[in-house]
Amino acid sequence: MDYSNDLLIRALMAPSQLSNYGSLQWDTLIRQGKRNGLLGRIQVLMKEHQSFSGVPSRVLAHLESARIIAENEQRVMRWEINRICRALEDIEAPVVLLKGAAYVMLELPVARGRFSSDVDILVPKVSIANVEKALIDHGWRHIKVDDYDQFFYRRWSHELPPLQHRDRGTIVDVHHTILPPTGRLHPDPEKLLAASMPLTGTKFSVLAPADMVLHSAAHAFQDGDLTRGLRDVVDMDDLLSHFSATYSSFWEQLAYRADELELSRPLYYALRYSKFYLQTPVPACVSEHSKAWRPAWPASYLMDAIVDRVITAGPWDKDLILKISRRLLYARAHWLRMRPHLLIPHLLRKALRRYRAEGVA
Amino acid sequence: MKISDLTPARLRERLAGDGLKFQTGPFVVRLQTSLATVVEGLGILYGEFPLLPDEEFADFHISLRLPRTLRRWIRPQVIYSYNGESPFPPLPCTQAFPFFETGLNWSIYSEVFNYLIIHAAAVERGGHAAILPAPPGSGKSTLTAGLIHRGWRLLTDELTLVSLSTKRVVPLARPISLKNQAIDIIQQFAPSSVIAAKCCNTAKGTVAYLRPPAESVARMLEPSIPRWLIYPQFSSNGDLSFSALGKAATFSRLADGLVNYTVLGSAGFDLLTSLIDELDCYEFTYSDLGEAIAWFDRLVECD
Repeated sequence: MDYSNDLLIRALMAPSQLSNYGSLQWDTLIRQGKRNGLLGRIQVLMKEHQSFSGVPSRVLAHLESARIIAENEQRVMRWEINRICRALEDIEAPVVLLKGAAYVMLELPVARGRFSSDVDILVPKVSIANVEKALIDHGWRHIKVDDYDQFFYRRWSHELPPLQHRDRGTIVDVHHTILPPTGRLHPDPEKLLAASMPLTGTKFSVLAPADMVLHSAAHAFQDGDLTRGLRDVVDMDDLLSHFSATYSSFWEQLAYRADELELSRPLYYALRYSKFYLQTPVPACVSEHSKAWRPAWPASYLMDAIVDRVITAGPWDKDLILKISRRLLYARAHWLRMRPHLLIPHLLRKALRRYRAEGVA
Repeated sequence: MKISDLTPARLRERLAGDGLKFQTGPFVVRLQTSLATVVEGLGILYGEFPLLPDEEFADFHISLRLPRTLRRWIRPQVIYSYNGESPFPPLPCTQAFPFFETGLNWSIYSEVFNYLIIHAAAVERGGHAAILPAPPGSGKSTLTAGLIHRGWRLLTDELTLVSLSTKRVVPLARPISLKNQAIDIIQQFAPSSVIAAKCCNTAKGTVAYLRPPAESVARMLEPSIPRWLIYPQFSSNGDLSFSALGKAATFSRLADGLVNYTVLGSAGFDLLTSLIDELDCYEFTYSDLGEAIAWFDRLVECD
């Protein structure tokens, strides 16, 4: 049986072929889709390509459930943004919706069938205390109540500890920049805010198209450890395809902003894997130009190998290479996030706490 | 082909190998396990359920296995794994079969959104379904077990599925979980009933599963029209009593306890309102199982 993600990647690339799939192929594909959070996307693609005919009814039920879940997540997201808008009524500083919140409000193609209802916002660092107070006054509360967690976020992180609404249970992450200030790359939040664009009819703004792509790339390939795997690549492919088709100078703008915001390395990976797995139409000159952002060959070779293992992992692959690859990506994300003199005490502290918690249990 | 057509050795082999695919109502479950209690429980309780070929599409891929730690040997535990993930902390190995049942309930709850799911038992007579929602300890399963030995068809014990498209109750026909005193009550009430091995010290006390009647399993693809909504309550002293419930109050009472209702959005609201419109709703207290069943039979006669 095929346990790798090939089937899922093929489905994303050629959804019109899905009406020819047999029961066993569906059996694998539905599981891969669920594990990767991409079943909502598959449903949307099939609808667009009218490829539902011939699909077994029990398979259709899973796709229908995925549609219902995705629609609910987006409804929840819109309502949450409405509530945040009300809570921040008196805040005069700009409030930028990031990631999923922006995709949904802009109705970008990337939002189709996407699962996510947590809201991320970016505000100027000087306003963050006011924003936090306003949210707490309107029913949000801290879920990380441990002193060390609170200290850690406030001292070293690029965001407040996550805030959860006491009735709705939804989470809002309030950022003052998009990568940890302790890390290796320092995109200037002032520049992001200055280029942000108002979201018509609301008090919010969204990042400029190139910045939106760069944030997604930074989140996946600099700060993250690809736990979302293929979903990050799908986001990237969608954003790139849509913006390059909508704005004629998008690619030039992207390359220019990548240098300006110090995000050329994560963009290199994002372009590379998006093109490799989903054949995103990256112009040859951009690919050529992005080679300048590539790390030295041992690192680039290793990164290709571990990313490939993690992205193509099937629902219950548990081989050693996969385990090592995941560990390496996790270690890499931490390494890029903090210098050793901060990282080592932090990890020791977390390990000690885990050990104590297990001791109590 | 049915599960009971397999010899015990063949059943064990299939479960330990690539897994066994069987049907329960609209779903196909693929189960992998080499734990003797689960193999035995499945053989006793699911004997009448249709066995499906390996190449069939499965909705739920479930495995129950021992951990690869010391807890495999010392005070052994069991892991419920769904679609390659383990959503729950392990339980003592003795609880493996109840873990399968409650785990499958959870998997259905978290994956299925093309039905409105009510945490309720449901039984059918003359094509009409009585839905019995109630909190644990209210005597819902005892009543259900009693009814299905007196001419009612078992639709479900835990999860009542109402189709968003047809508004019918779609059966699962899975075993009924009897807790504590209910086990003896049903054994005395229906001596011919088959109850699998008791499992002590679970989160709900002692649990034993009752084998669903062959007829209910054979008719598990036959949906029925929702007709009554009855909140049962067992009370050891006192006479049988009942009162009709208002529609609006019943709507909010029912909606409050629904797990996937909010996710369904307006489709869920439309279904629930039209459902409540068509249902006769009662609150019902009983102390004697025989009297309770007679009351249910009268509902059908008066209909």
